[in-house]
Amino acid sequence: MSFKFRNQTPPVDPQDLVKDAAKLLPDRSRRRFLGQITSLGALAALTGCDIVNGTSAEDALRLISDWNDWVQARLFYPGKLALTYPDSAITDPFPFNAFYPPDQAPKVNGERWQLYVEGAVQDRRHWTLADLIRLPQETQVTQHICIEGWSAIGKWTGVPMHIFLQRIGADTRRKYVNFICADRYETSLDMATALHPQTQMTLRFGGEALPRPYGFPMKVRVPTKLGFKNPKHVVQISITDDFVEGFWERRGYNWFAGL
Amino acid sequence: MRKLLHPIYVRLTHWVNAATVLVMIGSGLQIHNAYPIVPFTFPSWMTIGDWLGGALLWHFAAMWVFTLNLVVMVVLGVFTGRYRLMLLPVSPRMVISDVTAALSGRGLHDPSGRYNAVQKVLYLGILMTLVVLVASGLALWKPVQFQGLTAAMGGFQGARVVHFAAMAGVVAFLILHVAMAILVPRTLRQMTLGR
Repeated sequence: MSFKFRNQTPPVDPQDLVKDAAKLLPDRSRRRFLGQITSLGALAALTGCDIVNGTSAEDALRLISDWNDWVQARLFYPGKLALTYPDSAITDPFPFNAFYPPDQAPKVNGERWQLYVEGAVQDRRHWTLADLIRLPQETQVTQHICIEGWSAIGKWTGVPMHIFLQRIGADTRRKYVNFICADRYETSLDMATALHPQTQMTLRFGGEALPRPYGFPMKVRVPTKLGFKNPKHVVQISITDDFVEGFWERRGYNWFAGL
Repeated sequence: MRKLLHPIYVRLTHWVNAATVLVMIGSGLQIHNAYPIVPFTFPSWMTIGDWLGGALLWHFAAMWVFTLNLVVMVVLGVFTGRYRLMLLPVSPRMVISDVTAALSGRGLHDPSGRYNAVQKVLYLGILMTLVVLVASGLALWKPVQFQGLTAAMGGFQGARVVHFAAMAGVVAFLILHVAMAILVPRTLRQMTLGR
């Protein structure tokens, strides 16, 4: 099976891009901007991306991004379902996307894997794959939309998250559901989205056990959010009021990222 | 004192529009570069935001100013009667007659500031293109919440094509518009000082 691998590597030298972005800023912040970026050079090389960082422009843009989170939460209608498609519309092969190539996807032992449940819940017991398989399952054929602009239709099967949250006695008045993954990826969902009928703790993809590159043993499928809000290889779920920015959100992606 | 050719609200919304359109195009090209729909990427001197994440922050910030300004511009344009006065009436016959006049060397720019049929068509066209840009932008931003709008554009990928094509239309207009302003520098003064 072939996978399309995309990452954030810009088509030109990141330092050149930084210099161009800095031209848009006033002189004083330009120096700050370049200074910051130089110190972040190692990180930029590592992730193949740069951050608009530490400037007044950056701060203003982040504030507006927070405002956009607020607006999107109000535009989000819990009863609005993402379109579903016939099996014939499924994209094959389905694109792979992560901050590493597919052969570096974490190798999780499905027998030993446990899902840790933290925060405001009544039942903190760990969940095995077999436990989750015994819960009610739902299948959806929905469109995955990536922040990069590509989209693909896939078939995901798993436990509706609202059922799981009910089973663990989650306090659904809390604001967030935070995820930690085996590849150290992190992201978080607003509670309204976590309770959306199509938000799913996915165990199967295309009718078979979730393949390793697509998030074995469990991923969270959120058809009302951009792809990066769909964490793979999830090992911990927390129900909390503590806001945790995710892997990409820290690098500048909008947190709510609702579709 | 001569009457103002362009009242203050026209000049303000024009320049806010000009600035935000440039930010929207520059950041939009950088966003497009992450997964191009044309077989090339745009060079960094054309783009705003040093990578996809930064460009999205610019795009989704400037969109508020751009859209609110467009709404103010169009609402005032319609309700003051200015659009009707300046942009109507217009017909294919008037366009053909004005193009023929231009080709035969008779001047097109009326010193009174009245627009010829070609200008009317172009200004009506750019207004509609800007509206299409906002609509396709909404279809891309909220393809689940506004799924009817997204479906009307042929789905998410269709909306990307509509959004890109409308942007290309704006760029084509901009090139012509700026070229004409350079050829008739008086218009630049009029759009800044009002007369």
